[in-house]
Parts: sequence; structure tokens; C-alpha cells
Amino acid sequence: MADQLAMPHTATPAASLRTPSADIYAPQWRNAIFVAPFLFFFTTLLLFPLLWGIWLSFHKADTFSSGNFVGLGNYVRLYHDKVFLQSIWNTFYFVLLTVPTLALIGLFLALCLNRRTRTAAVLRTLFFSSSVLSVTIVTLIWRIVFIPNVGLLSTIYGWFGATAPAFISNPSLAMIGIAIATVWWCIGLPMMLFLSALQQIPRDIYEAAALDNANRWQTLRSITLPSIKRTFVLVVIIQIVLQFQLFGQAWLMTRGGPNNLTKPIVLYIYDTAFRRWDLGMGAAASEILFILILVAAMAQYLVARNKGDRV
Amino acid sequence: MSIPATSIKGKAFGDRVLLVLVILLSIVMIAPVLWVIGLSLKDNAELMADPNSVFHAPYTLKNYVNTVGTSSVFIWVRNSIIVSGGLTLGTLILSSLAGYGFARLNFPGRHVLFVIVLFGLAVPEQAVLVARHQIFSVLKFHNTYPGLILPGLSASFGVFLMTQYFKAIPKELDEAAMLDNASRFRIFWKVLLPLTVPAQATLGIFTFLGAWNDYLWPLISATNKDMYTLTVGMASTQTNFAQSEGIGFLMAQAVFAGAPILIVYLFFQKYIVTAVSGAAVR
Repeated sequence: MADQLAMPHTATPAASLRTPSADIYAPQWRNAIFVAPFLFFFTTLLLFPLLWGIWLSFHKADTFSSGNFVGLGNYVRLYHDKVFLQSIWNTFYFVLLTVPTLALIGLFLALCLNRRTRTAAVLRTLFFSSSVLSVTIVTLIWRIVFIPNVGLLSTIYGWFGATAPAFISNPSLAMIGIAIATVWWCIGLPMMLFLSALQQIPRDIYEAAALDNANRWQTLRSITLPSIKRTFVLVVIIQIVLQFQLFGQAWLMTRGGPNNLTKPIVLYIYDTAFRRWDLGMGAAASEILFILILVAAMAQYLVARNKGDRV
Repeated sequence: MSIPATSIKGKAFGDRVLLVLVILLSIVMIAPVLWVIGLSLKDNAELMADPNSVFHAPYTLKNYVNTVGTSSVFIWVRNSIIVSGGLTLGTLILSSLAGYGFARLNFPGRHVLFVIVLFGLAVPEQAVLVARHQIFSVLKFHNTYPGLILPGLSASFGVFLMTQYFKAIPKELDEAAMLDNASRFRIFWKVLLPLTVPAQATLGIFTFLGAWNDYLWPLISATNKDMYTLTVGMASTQTNFAQSEGIGFLMAQAVFAGAPILIVYLFFQKYIVTAVSGAAVR
């Protein structure tokens, strides 16, 4: 974006003769005053809580005090807590449901809408619009789709004299319902990322392919898809990290039920730390989430880099 | 191998299949929203008797009148404006200063500090949530505006963005200003800052939207009804959803809360899309 700036006329190199330029870029303590305000907040509200959280996870703590040192006690309790293990599985299941769907539908939409027509522009606007809504509104919208009686789904099924599947109360469908709402909410970002990748493919490659009488499928398979491979991996990483943090949709649509089957890790942390006020155990659970997110991002990153080398 | 005729036919057919798929997907995008708007315009009793009554008159604005009459909604909107505005302003100031510092000035430990700030990008909110809550309990920050604003000021993304941006501005500009004996701050304020307006817009939009839609931290920190932000306040009225007596009212509330942000989106969509996707890729 920076290169779009119109720069004012700059000084000639000769003018810098008068400047003691060695001094300008020499390290000086007082220069740090510009970064000090941010570093203050960064240290007190991010670095310190991060370390404090690790410390808390080894203690039996409540709201105001850090209580007794229990070593790995909280982690052992988590390991034996069926609800926590269930929440890890639920989170993975949710990621598995949403991330491939988001990546594939996003790619499909980008391929279809990557043209300069007005219709395509309107549709791009439409598919991104849900992304600006808050989770509260999104879940309100989808609960009214799924709810029995006045729900959109049950009304549509009603026209055909059928009963709609109970996406919120049926144990095997509840997570799928949450995933549908999430895909609806988040589809804009993958689509936009794919669109900007598609626009960076040089046109002359396509012109060369057209000269070779390549059909659409061939062009897609041997030019378009290889060119956006890196973006695809990037989209998948971003979405894994994002969807691992599932909270609002599950909390607002199902409260984690039925039978904890839609309770993700963050909701477990929320329940443990802020409803049962077992801060130590909540902190331990959040460290595990932190590690999972880091591992997921790093594994994906390595896979992406290896594949990139071979192309 | 000349197959122009069939390939054109194949193309048209393929296009039609794709078109149908895209139209189906766009119906999935729009239908739930239209349903919500429809329900918001109906009388509750009539809805309960027959949901299909959405498709015909009488329509009423009663639910919207009730929404506006519930004074809490305005308090929540005000809280959201204060929190999102405060956080955006604070982020812009801190990030610009730090971005200039990291990009242009040299001080002991600069590289190490920048790497640590970059590491901050990888730390999810949930990893610091519990400790932050405890710290804020001790400082009695819960249920205050600082309590809602301050955590966001520790995010690294703005500093990262502004540092990149300042680095892209030619150094000759600063050096010329230095010949005039301008101070560091004057150079930052008068010469460089005006050039960063596009980055400020991107960062500002991204921060404001993120703060406006934030749910987890306000849910934990603001437990007093008068300190709810719009997202938390809206969520708090959904609890009696199952009784489904006030569905029209809930839907009116959703439209009332969602419409302004959608309208803003329609006007500034280019900037919003750039901000959101730029932030994701970083």
C-alpha cells in the first residue's frame, strides 16, 4: 500500500553533507521514548499475564489470591476430567467441520466471482457482509433459522409436510448447526484472500494457455490452482487458528449442550475460571489451548514451506 | 483437434451450473436475514399461531418501538461507542509512536524488543484471559471503561503494521527535515504522520470493528448491566429465547443492532475489506 503514496519532493543527496548522519542512526536511550508507551501496555497486559497465567496454572487460585502451589495438580485433574477431554475432541471436530468447508467454498466463490461484472461485485459484497456482524447477531439469526415452530427451517419443511432436523437439540446435529452458522459468518475472509491471490496471477500466462487451446479445466488445474497453493495453505492456517478459539457461537446457541457435546475448550475455560472460579485449573486449560494453537499453526506452516519448495 | 463448437457449448453449460450454485449460496446468505427482518415486523401472537403469517400483512413496527423504549439498548450502544472509540484512538496513538520508533530510531535493544513484540502476534487472547481477569480484579478495573479498553492496547498488530509502513517511507524525508533542526517529534508529527493516513485508516477500521464485535472479554469483565457493551447486552436478552414469546421483539433488536454496522459496511466496504484481509495476512 505504501507505494501508492505520492511522495513530496525530497531533498537532494548533496544537502545531507551538512548532516552528521553517523549520529542520526546511532543508538540512543532517549529514542526509546517513542516505543515506551506501547511497551508499557504490552508488558503489563500481555507479557505479564502470559507468565502469570503459567504461574497460576501450577496453583490452586481464586479471584484475588493465588493460593497454594499444587505443581502439575491442575494438569493432572484436567487429564482425568472427562468434560475437558470431551471439549478438546469437540474443538477438533468443529475445526474439522468448518475449516475445509470454509476453504473450499471460499475458493469456489473466489473462482466464480473473480470478474469485473457488476453482478460479481454485488455478490462479493453480499458474501463478505456477514463478516462485519457480531457473534451475538449471527447466533440470533441462526437460532431463529433452527428453532422449531417459527424457525425458517421448520417453516420450509412445513410446506412439504415434513419435520425439520433439530440442529440445536439433537446431540449428533448440534455441532453441525454451530458449524453451519460459523461458515455463514466467516466465509467472507477466505473468499477475499483467494480473490486477491487470483488477481496476482499474471494475465499473460492465461493468454499463453488460451493459445495452446487449453480448456477451462486444464487451465484451472495447471495454472490457477498451483498459483494459489500458498494462499490455500495460508487460509487453512488462519482458519484453524481462528476456529480453535470457538466460544461465542457455542455459548449462545447451545450453552455447550446437549451433554457437553458442543462445549469447546474456550467454553470449558470460561466455565471453569469464571463460573466455578477455579482460576488455577482454568489457567491450566488455557495453556493447553495456547500450545494446541501454536502447534497447529507451526505444523501447517512447515507443511506449507515444504510443499512450496517442491513447486 | 478442433472442437470449438462443443467447447463453447460446454462452457455455457458449465457457466450455468456455476451460476446456479452461486445463486443457491447467495440465497443461503440472504434468507436468514430476510427471515429475521420479516419476524421483526410481525405481532408476536400472530407469529405463534402461524409462522407463515410472515408472508402477508398486517405488519407492525411495534417491536421496534419496544426496542427503542427499552432504554438499556441505548446505554449499551453508548458503551460500545466509548469502548470501541477509545480503543481505536489509543491503538492509533500507541502504534504510530512505536511504529516510528521501531522503523526510524535506534536505541539499545531495539531488535530484541521488536522480536518480542512480533511474538505477541502469536499469543491468543484466551492464553492471558484468566491472569488478566485476576489482575483487573485486584486493580478494581472491572465494570469500568478502562477495564474494557486497556486489554486491547496490548495488541501487537498495530505496531507491526505501522512499523512496516514507516519503513516504506524514504529516509531522505527525515534527513531533509533534520537539516532544518526539527526535533524527532516534529519530524514524526509534521512530516511522516500525514503520509501514513491510509495505514491509519486500515488500522482504525480493523480495531474499531474488532472492539465493536468483541464478546469474550466484555462478557467476563462487564458484569454490571449498565456497563454491558452492545454485544453482551444483546446476548443477555436472548436467555428467554426458548419461551419464544418475544421473538418478534428479539428480532427487532437484532435488526436494530446489526443494521448500522451493515450500512457503514456498504459505504466503506472497500476499506473494510482491505483492513480485515490485510490484518489476517499480516
